Amino acid sequence: MLQDKDRIFTNLYGQNDWRLAGARQRGDWDGTAEILARGRDAIVNEMKGSGLRGRGGAGFPTGVKWSFMPKNSDGRPHYLVINGDESEPGTCKDREILRHEPHKLIESALIASFAMGAHAAYIYIRGEFFNEARHLQIAIDEAYAAGLIGRNAAGSGWDFDFYIHRGAGAYICGEETALLESLEGKKGQPRMKPPFPAAMGLYGCPTTVNNVESIAVSSTILRRGASWFSALGRPNNAGTKLMAISGHVNTPCVFEEELGVPLKDIIEKHGGGVRGGWDNLLAVIPGGCSVPLLPASVCETVLMDYDSLRAERSGLGTACMIVMDKSTDIIKAIARFSQFFKHESCGQCTPCREGTGWMMRVMNRMVEGRAEIEEIDMLEQVTRQVEGHTICALGDAAAWPIQGLIRHFRPVMEERIMAYKAAHGGGRITQVPLGIPVAAE
Amino acid sequence: MSAHSPIDQIEQPATFAFDAESEEQIAAILAKYPPERKASGTLPLLYVVQKQMGRQTGSAWVPRVAMDEIARRLEVAPIRVYEVATFYLMFNTRPIGRYHLQVCTTTSCWLRGSDDVVAACKKATGIAGFGQSSADGLFTLTEVECLGACANAPILQVDDDFYEDLDGPRTIELIEALRRGERPTPGPTIDRVSSAPEGGRKTLTDSPAKQG
Repeated sequence: MLQDKDRIFTNLYGQNDWRLAGARQRGDWDGTAEILARGRDAIVNEMKGSGLRGRGGAGFPTGVKWSFMPKNSDGRPHYLVINGDESEPGTCKDREILRHEPHKLIESALIASFAMGAHAAYIYIRGEFFNEARHLQIAIDEAYAAGLIGRNAAGSGWDFDFYIHRGAGAYICGEETALLESLEGKKGQPRMKPPFPAAMGLYGCPTTVNNVESIAVSSTILRRGASWFSALGRPNNAGTKLMAISGHVNTPCVFEEELGVPLKDIIEKHGGGVRGGWDNLLAVIPGGCSVPLLPASVCETVLMDYDSLRAERSGLGTACMIVMDKSTDIIKAIARFSQFFKHESCGQCTPCREGTGWMMRVMNRMVEGRAEIEEIDMLEQVTRQVEGHTICALGDAAAWPIQGLIRHFRPVMEERIMAYKAAHGGGRITQVPLGIPVAAE
Repeated sequence: MSAHSPIDQIEQPATFAFDAESEEQIAAILAKYPPERKASGTLPLLYVVQKQMGRQTGSAWVPRVAMDEIARRLEVAPIRVYEVATFYLMFNTRPIGRYHLQVCTTTSCWLRGSDDVVAACKKATGIAGFGQSSADGLFTLTEVECLGACANAPILQVDDDFYEDLDGPRTIELIEALRRGERPTPGPTIDRVSSAPEGGRKTLTDSPAKQG
């Protein structure tokens, strides 16, 4: 497991001064101009070499993403846009960077912007993070006053401006093109791709959108070297990652850990163990609600990284896990996600707008058991019809938790249905009352 | 979400004008975006309106006439502001109570007792359901989706502040304090530092605490 000497976020809990003086003591803003002096290509190559994969959930190699930006400007400005719309249920890691490590983020944003030929970066912070945005704004003001950003940022010769843009309570704005729409002052409805943001992003200009954590780790990677970072974790799953544990553990918390560590060890060490002991574990959702759950048997051995979880037909996602013990009504836990996705669908694509409501209503009946056994398969089929048939991944995200539930807990769903039938006179009574809405509300 | 009365049935003020404090904020906001991209100011200006209404009337909401004013400032059609104001949950397009109780009930909070927090909110304010305000007009209760602080679940957001690691009794204490005009310090309501484990840090222990 990760040792303190290899932690990037050394003020994760705000236990020390989060402002400029404290950040400088921790090593931020040390020789920033020298890092920029290595040149754009050297920085991008170092990031590629580190093996850093996007920390927002998709896991795309960050250095490769940076290399997609045009090498020379055609007259249009380039932008870095940082995605701080952290809203995936279970996920609470970027919040700690924003409020306790803001200077790591600002310095890294300068470096990343330089590496992509951008003189301005916007960070989109979810609206509910009012106090977190306030901390970051104070840090931005400090950085301007100290000459670290602005004209000739940190004495590097590069001009760089950094702005906060607050969202207003729409999960969909975590999708990169919906985020850009919102930043332009519109409803957060995703754009068709192509064109990709690197060609036409914010205001029609070349843009890269990166997660807060992906950006914030880059100053440390460039300081300590790609080989230091890639030596941590496992091949293709390099480095450290902010993670969180919520739900039924003794000590829910946020922490930084090496990738590739057994999930069980993480729950025991950081989470203080499952409430009531390991044998009381029912399931874990490893990385935000859109990744399928893992039954306890898988949790026994699986490693916490991109490829190990993918092999179990789940995913690392944001690495912020939700732990559920045996007292959990697992159908209700997943049905709550269906309500979430129905609430957050932007309404643009029919399969998602109608499908999320449809899935929620069937899931709510499954919680009661007021359904037919065959409807489990029908529900599964509907998730397949939503998945992959929408502009953005929200439709997929709504489908996957249900698929995971059916895959691992079908007997529980069947039992619920049989119990309902038994309590209501049994037999093949029609359990779907007339007049139930079939279209979106 | 609960059923609301249609927006055209709400008593709307006849006029709206930005005050000096808002004007100062607007100047800073518009400086962030290229001059020809003023529309980017739509969300920030809706916040400015909502804050000003809170200051002036005790109810932080966005009347339609203020949306029209934003449209004029940003040189966009009024419908562009209406559709944004109604798309995003955090803009209140109808009056609310002085304290906006926003309780998260998504799975991480639900697993740790958000049902108790909801029940406590209702008990302490007399509000029957989500989307409603208390009879004295002090509180409005809203069910919200994940607030992004799941390691500190369950969460109740009061206006801009997160109150964390709640249970029923502590929620009632919080609401009683608000009723007395107090603003308890936001953050965990149990013995822990931000999102560190209860009982003390398990990491970052061998770095010397030379700062702060």
